[in-house]
Amino acid sequence: MTVEPIVCLALARSEVTAETARPGALVHLRLGGPDPETPVDPRRSDVDEWGRSEHMRELARRLYEPLYRRWFRVEWEGLDKIPLSGPALIVANHAGAIPSDAPVIMHGIETELHRPVYGLADHMFKAIPLVGTMWSRVGGVAAHPQNAYRLLREQGQLVLVFPEGTKGTGKLYGERYQLRRFGRGGFVEIAMRAGVPIIPIAVVGSEEAMPTVAKIPGIAKAVGAPYAPITANMLLLGPLGLLPFPAKFRLKVLDPVTFDVPPDQERYSKSRVMEEAENIRGRLQEALYGMLRVRRSVWFG
Amino acid sequence: MGRRVLVTGLGSFWGGRVAEALEKDPDIELIVGVDTVDPVVPLERTEFVRADQSYSILNRIVKATQVDTILHTFLVVDSTRANARQLHEQNVIGTMNLLAAAGAPGTSVRQVVVKSSTLVYGSSWKDPTWFREEMSRVGAARSRVELSLVEAESYLRDFAEDNPNVTVTLLRFSNVVGTDIVTPITRALQLPLVPCIFGFDPLFQFVEEDDVVRSIEFVTRSNLAGIYNVAGDGRLPWSEVAAICGKRLVPMPPILTEWAAAPLSRVNVELPQELLDLLRYGRGVDNRRLKSAGFVYRYTSAGAVRNFAGALRLQSTVGSRRPSYKYEQDVEQFFRHSPAIVRDNDGNAP
Repeated sequence: MTVEPIVCLALARSEVTAETARPGALVHLRLGGPDPETPVDPRRSDVDEWGRSEHMRELARRLYEPLYRRWFRVEWEGLDKIPLSGPALIVANHAGAIPSDAPVIMHGIETELHRPVYGLADHMFKAIPLVGTMWSRVGGVAAHPQNAYRLLREQGQLVLVFPEGTKGTGKLYGERYQLRRFGRGGFVEIAMRAGVPIIPIAVVGSEEAMPTVAKIPGIAKAVGAPYAPITANMLLLGPLGLLPFPAKFRLKVLDPVTFDVPPDQERYSKSRVMEEAENIRGRLQEALYGMLRVRRSVWFG
Repeated sequence: MGRRVLVTGLGSFWGGRVAEALEKDPDIELIVGVDTVDPVVPLERTEFVRADQSYSILNRIVKATQVDTILHTFLVVDSTRANARQLHEQNVIGTMNLLAAAGAPGTSVRQVVVKSSTLVYGSSWKDPTWFREEMSRVGAARSRVELSLVEAESYLRDFAEDNPNVTVTLLRFSNVVGTDIVTPITRALQLPLVPCIFGFDPLFQFVEEDDVVRSIEFVTRSNLAGIYNVAGDGRLPWSEVAAICGKRLVPMPPILTEWAAAPLSRVNVELPQELLDLLRYGRGVDNRRLKSAGFVYRYTSAGAVRNFAGALRLQSTVGSRRPSYKYEQDVEQFFRHSPAIVRDNDGNAP
């Protein structure tokens, strides 16, 4: 009498043919390794490849909501010109020592249109502890042309950029609503390369939310900051000077600008780029003047 | 006729693993390994030659063995394992000698594969979120290991220009984790409290060690030329890396971080300059070029970290399970070449 030892652990149906499928046959167990076609991605957080986290964004929106609705009482005009899907580069005027225009635009579009906005900001933010990390978690991305291209061309996102950069936020109250130079037109070149429209937004209210009355060049140089402002908020509120004044915010979305040039070119005509940049700057400046003409009060609009 | 392959750095982690993988391939007729130290993995048919650090003997080896493929896995990317002098000797002078041997007149070499690191991109606050292969680093290299790798790569670029008939493949690997490899990052993740820099939570990208070996095999088999980043999909914050490993973070001050990190060397965790930069700014590389060439990753960045965390947990319970192997010249020679050995049809010893 023979005792057949049972060594069969599992019969993999698909692999066992008629000849081999005898009882007691040793069958290879497939090791539970990851399938090469679909590697598992065991993420714990929802931080995306840009450092943005929808949870943090949600929290930021909840905290910012009272400021947006009750403090600034933001009102939009022409929000329907921003597409509900597909990429676009949003440009706006930039003002206030600590500019409120960026969070207002991002908050507004995300709550009204329910789509994320990635805000391009100076690289220097990344070097500041806490600030850099927080900024990237709530949707900030370093303003590198490659980053903008990837977001627009490959991922079809909304990207917000302020072509004036720190020249806009660093200007004094006396120069309010006077647009600075629009960089070197890099934003136009990116939009051309990515083949996306540019949507200009004119923002009124940001200048008065945190006006700069004086600048201390020595300190700015010493700490490597673009400017070291003395704001009216600091003078009036002292340590609470980070709080913006409750200026009435009005935003006007202008008609999208499209360029009839092929995307993905190595380079674009510099004169064309500068001409388009100047054209957008002119339209924004005109829109700002128009809005200021009908504004009766800084605080009530 | 099968391919004849020379593997540099056979005694290093990668050299051994690559040779082990190639031995299974019947199309590869001959594997010769060179290193300054003995191999640490048991190899069946790889021939081992001991060389000095700068590989001055390489010219003779290449001529004598008529190899057609050189896999250069010898570059040191972990600066805690070598001092400045050794780094320069191995990475710069070693690569120079290797390429001189490969480019000698009448050479038999048809492909050179170099294993470099994404360290060449550096890590700074001015970086783009993703580096593509043709992009160069933002600032000048600061740490010695980065300098030596940049220099080694520049030799390779010259070599590729001078030898258009040789397939030159440069692979840049991001941070490697896996069940076996030990790097400053894996050592840091084994600490009860994982160091981070206060106020920074950079995005990391990882590649699993099996994917490293597979990618070297892949480019060798498919004769792929060019520069390729090798890194898993996706990036994840350092805090999440620690969380997957089940560890808590302990912040170091954002200023004078080098001083704060210095005492960690007491517990065998050195955080060199390039790693401190990484803990501050992170680094992302675009891995799509290799993927579009047909390579399929088995692990994403997060998957690689989870795999590593599993290995850590296993190790903490059952101890290190790595089989100890000691290379003995006489024994290896006996099994490979003695007429006393009864060989099978392929000529392999049992």
